[in-house]
Amino acid sequence: MNSASKYPEKNTAITGIGQSEISRGSSKTGLELTVDACMEAITNAGLSRADIDGIATWPGADYNASGFSPVGIPHIQDALRLELNWYSGAPEGPGQFAAIFDAIGAIAAGLCKHVLVFRTLTEATARKTAFANALMTSGQRDHGLFQWYSPYHTYAAAIQQAMYFQAYVHRSGIREEQYAQIALNGRRNAALNPKAVYRSPMSLEDYLASPMISTPIRMFDCDVPIDGSTAIIISRWDCAQDLPNKPIKIEAIGSSMAYRNSWTQLDALDTQAQPKVAEMMWSRTDLKPKDVDFAELYDGFSFHSINWLENFGFCERYGAGDFIDGGHNIALDGMLPINTNGGALSAGRMHAYGQVHEACLQLWRGAGERQIAKPLNVAALSTAGGPLAGAMLLTVD
Amino acid sequence: MLDLDQGVPRPLPATNADTQAYWTGGERGELLIFRCADCEYYVHPPVAFCPKCESRKVAPSATSGKGVITSFTVNHKQWLPSLKVPYVVALVSIAEQEDVRLVSNIVHCEVDAVYIGMPVKVLFEENEDLWVPLFEPDVAL
Repeated sequence: MNSASKYPEKNTAITGIGQSEISRGSSKTGLELTVDACMEAITNAGLSRADIDGIATWPGADYNASGFSPVGIPHIQDALRLELNWYSGAPEGPGQFAAIFDAIGAIAAGLCKHVLVFRTLTEATARKTAFANALMTSGQRDHGLFQWYSPYHTYAAAIQQAMYFQAYVHRSGIREEQYAQIALNGRRNAALNPKAVYRSPMSLEDYLASPMISTPIRMFDCDVPIDGSTAIIISRWDCAQDLPNKPIKIEAIGSSMAYRNSWTQLDALDTQAQPKVAEMMWSRTDLKPKDVDFAELYDGFSFHSINWLENFGFCERYGAGDFIDGGHNIALDGMLPINTNGGALSAGRMHAYGQVHEACLQLWRGAGERQIAKPLNVAALSTAGGPLAGAMLLTVD
Repeated sequence: MLDLDQGVPRPLPATNADTQAYWTGGERGELLIFRCADCEYYVHPPVAFCPKCESRKVAPSATSGKGVITSFTVNHKQWLPSLKVPYVVALVSIAEQEDVRLVSNIVHCEVDAVYIGMPVKVLFEENEDLWVPLFEPDVAL
């Protein structure tokens, strides 16, 4: 059995990327933003609409006013009049990367050659018209995912996740000026990214003066709601060879759920679901953490990036505080640049797909002023928090 | 002092035959957690199946009501107009079994007195037809 049949992700490549305008409030609808991103990705891959034979998104349209996922497959399929062999917009999976991993499965199954993957959010506009982050509507009984939390005034994800991060702070002894470095690094990189929503300089003093949301999370530890859409094209390896972009191989994925998938009973509060997901990813490649040139780590909250630094093995368990101390190691010219476009904290909450887009730009050496100077062959990417986690390695020759 | 009243009604969970005991045991002062009659493992969230021994003889069982704070957060953000802040949201492991973690609010102490590892004990607040479990310190303050 050759490696690509044992590990079908190695038989796939990212061949194109696209992204709409990213803003704190767009005059365009979610669907128009999605058209912008998808058409740019198809064109960037050197393809036309007729070449797209599969489509995937996460989590699929949620048909409410939250802006979390305003556009589903039916909307964009019809808008672009795509003719597809396969489609999937399933919310229950390894976080936001579920759509990418589903696309790999569809390609391995012989259903598709070129899969369009997209993620659209209009949370900036939603927040101007409603309290979109409320986990439930006042007066209704909660049937949802978070019903064990509902009587306890847990109105936002920040409160749930803060409890995991507090456990991490307790166990690791990480200091405030150390974990500030994730936000500071993001803002420093965002200054070099014309599409980032927050580009003005941030000092450690600015960070420490920002409002406490729910200990230990400050405002600048939280990602920034935006309106925008990101799209990528995943192609079967042999179909990726004659296209304009050098194929970016999906070298390995971590998609496991070998732990308790629960927002309260997860096995380890301080590491969340990440360790076994990272372990699965490394089991599918000969590459090691030392081979990774840069990383785009999920930063829905800054602590997610801190957790991933350890769980990927870039530093010792509970050693992330020392690793990021002063910010040098994770800066653009450091040993492991991270969140190079500013991340979700400063570029905006594209919900992991901003990181995928940025990793491809860096690997294709198209990142402009924020291009990492050293040669780049291997990128590590991660997503999600709590009981959800997904990870992958991208490589170019 | 952390109070029971945060200025807004507590949002309440929908209940079913599995979860009803947890949310109503407080009427008799009991913190009820599903437990396996064969191997004594506590199963939470509740379901009539024991993941340790596959027994179906799993039913609500009164616990000591004592526990320990596994982690917590002090919420400072006023998410709703009349919400009183700060308040504490915690994950409490029941004294009988660490991996039964209950979300709750910590009340009847100062915010700064709450710490990871703090022993706590249950109390209940009646809300409509439910009795919401809350926790207070089980140590001399």
